Amino acid sequence: MNAVPLSWYLTLSGVLFTLGAAGFLFRRNIITVFMSIELMLNAVNLSFISFSYAFRRVDGQIFTFFVMVVAAAEAAVGLAIILTVFKNRNTLNIDDLNSMKDEYQPAQPEEASETAPVSVP
Amino acid sequence: MYASLVPTSAEMIRFLPELILTVVATLFMVLDPLLGRQSRHVYGHFSILALLGAMAAAVYVYRDPGAAFSGMLMVDGFATFFRVVVIGVGILTVLPSYRYLDREDAETGEYHALLLFSIVGQCVMVTANELIMIFIGLEISSIASYVLAGYLRDDRRANEAALKYFLLGSFATAFFLYGVALIYGMTGSTNLATVRRAILGGSLGSAPIFIGVAAALMFVGLGFKVSGAPFQIWAPDVYQGAPTPVAAFLSAGPKAAAFAIFLRIFLTAFQPIGPGWEPLVWVSALASMTLGNFAALTQSNIKRLLAYSSIAHAGYVLVALAARSNVGTAAAMFYMAAYAFMNIGAFAVVSHLSGKGERYLKVEDFAGLGAKQPGTAALLSIFLLSLIGVPLTGGFFGKFYIFKAALDSHLVWLTVLGLLNSAVAAYYYLRILVMMYMREPGEAASRIQPLTPGLRAALVLPALGTLVLGIFPGWVLDFAGRSSVFVR
Repeated sequence: MNAVPLSWYLTLSGVLFTLGAAGFLFRRNIITVFMSIELMLNAVNLSFISFSYAFRRVDGQIFTFFVMVVAAAEAAVGLAIILTVFKNRNTLNIDDLNSMKDEYQPAQPEEASETAPVSVP
Repeated sequence: MYASLVPTSAEMIRFLPELILTVVATLFMVLDPLLGRQSRHVYGHFSILALLGAMAAAVYVYRDPGAAFSGMLMVDGFATFFRVVVIGVGILTVLPSYRYLDREDAETGEYHALLLFSIVGQCVMVTANELIMIFIGLEISSIASYVLAGYLRDDRRANEAALKYFLLGSFATAFFLYGVALIYGMTGSTNLATVRRAILGGSLGSAPIFIGVAAALMFVGLGFKVSGAPFQIWAPDVYQGAPTPVAAFLSAGPKAAAFAIFLRIFLTAFQPIGPGWEPLVWVSALASMTLGNFAALTQSNIKRLLAYSSIAHAGYVLVALAARSNVGTAAAMFYMAAYAFMNIGAFAVVSHLSGKGERYLKVEDFAGLGAKQPGTAALLSIFLLSLIGVPLTGGFFGKFYIFKAALDSHLVWLTVLGLLNSAVAAYYYLRILVMMYMREPGEAASRIQPLTPGLRAALVLPALGTLVLGIFPGWVLDFAGRSSVFVR
């Protein structure tokens, strides 16, 4: 039986990680963005497990458990945060989350005139 | 054969600060549904007691430094210094929170439990000597902080802050973790000292490129956590939207812990490839300082202004990292302590002045504060002068030692550009001072409430700390200098 070489696993892991990062950057739905992060974490898990298998040691697999526990805790907190956002705004589009910039922009012109007399030394 | 895996009592005692905080935080969560609203201040009192106990324990366990749990944790001077800093940040965060939570009519039990858990995570981070342990500490700290940032559930800005903090924080964690996986694969270990030996041993074959990739991935992950450019994008929104005491906490506690692991990882495991990563840190330091300071110039919201200023200050500490020397590490340690005092103090004043629902957050709302409440204005002046880096304050010696370390390591251009940056920064801090003392009181100043005892302590203690570090820096700096040696 021919074993799959380590480099194939690592390549797959790298591709999955890149897909996750791309999804994070380019998708607009908050849930999809969150899933992309999970994909990145699982890509890392694949690396840990394949290294662990190549070394014939178990510590890499134990690390994977830690990562899974952390990912589960993150999912619990993250989904709760997403839920409160949805309750308050009725949208899951990430581009609609810009209330702080909106608030800041109208204030700028009057701000500039306020401070105009003070010159930088 | 498993007897060696059972922790000895000495090892358990080295973990005492974390144990105290975890037990108290868990008790809060159990008691929260049982106690009524009358006892809402009890949690704060017990938080402070627990934090004082943990700080005493952290100092006490330093009498017997060493490793714990098969080398997972390392209690040394560096860890003790940062443990005291993050626990102190916790105390300074609890003090203004009394008034804030009353004003916003928020639950207190969960808040203090989450705060303590976050500090536990930071204590684990700064003590960890092993990449997986660092990762776990980082996540304990981060997950609690995500919830704290969105603690006011019905506030739209707080939701947004929590979501942005959560998404970008998890994104950064994934990068850090991928770096850990590559290090494990290349060296077969996640212990920092073993990784260093493996890199020095040169038995890596084609691996050096992957070590470089791993260092770069970890740099991205930690860069996000310390809000260094070009990964600073989340900081202004999160600090603006989060409850003000939480913003104070985020800008000091998690950041100090993140810098601690940044220094420990890059100056222990990646120290042999130092010339490779130094340019990266150099560029990031300069970009953080310039971007932070120039963006802060145009801000009208005081929390956003302080957020950009905190990005700039992260840049100064990155200068110390770029120096790659023990002097630089000591300077960074000193700076994080001084920065914790002055920044939390400044945020506490903002929390006091902002009023219910955080309505008064414009720089103009500070107008006339000097006439209305001279004490508060004087204390805020101390913090702002320290943030500028005026002599006799902690901020001055922090900057002085950092740029001295940079010069010692022949980073002349970075020093020159950093000093020019400090001059630019003086402008926006002075703007607040001018507003306080030279303008007529506006609506915000006329509605200002008297100081509560908690707030008074939250302002006086950081001011004392700032002045003590500014007038007698020797003792703290000596300790930092002695404990900044990772590799002998």
